[in-house]
Amino acid sequence: MLDTIKPGDLENAKSMSIIVTKGTLDWAYPPFILATTAAAMDVKVSMFFTFYGLTLLKKDLDLKISTLGNPAMQMPMMGMHMTMPNIVSAIPGVDRMATTMMKNLIKKKGVASIAELREAAIDLDVQMIGCQMTMDLFEIGKDEMIDGIEIGGAATWVGIATKSDINLYI
Amino acid sequence: MAAHVLNAEGLNCPLPILKAKKALKDVPQGEILEVRSTDPGSVADFAAFCNQTGNTLVSSSTEGKIYKFEIKRN
Repeated sequence: MLDTIKPGDLENAKSMSIIVTKGTLDWAYPPFILATTAAAMDVKVSMFFTFYGLTLLKKDLDLKISTLGNPAMQMPMMGMHMTMPNIVSAIPGVDRMATTMMKNLIKKKGVASIAELREAAIDLDVQMIGCQMTMDLFEIGKDEMIDGIEIGGAATWVGIATKSDINLYI
Repeated sequence: MAAHVLNAEGLNCPLPILKAKKALKDVPQGEILEVRSTDPGSVADFAAFCNQTGNTLVSSSTEGKIYKFEIKRN
């Protein structure tokens, strides 16, 4: 099969890096969707998980959404759309209700779960790097996180980013 | 009917692409994988996927609510 690889092919392989900073159920989607899709399209992908994004590397994925900071959030309900103003997140139980609604929608609409997408990312050899500083800051041990990840810092990402065709911050 | 068929009906973005990538691994070079999807976004997505991965999108058609793609593995 070596003769099917033309000179320059490996150098021409595209690459992408994503900085993952958010760890809520809704915000976990963009980085994992883009990472898995790009990897499926033969793009070499690296994900750098920092701050609240680091939680997406935990073995126990218990993700929630918050209506706070998502003023444009709308939930389809009985043919209408229910808006979720920031202020309602102060009411006890609202975020839990919104999380349940979102999880039901995800199932109903054939959208992958985050656990499924993370599994796909591992299968597709997406490089996942956990931020050492965040682990120290929030006291998260390596044993709490999934196997197969690497640990690094800002310089690790810069090293990858300077060689990447696409760099995203989510 | 193609010899290799992937039923991705009911699945949403990016699952049809991810499952197609996996299914293509078992398709010998030069043979065709038929993918059936209900995701309207997959029409543009399979064109982009084939363009990027060097596989050939032999056909892209619609049968009622089903989108059908024939991908030749190169």
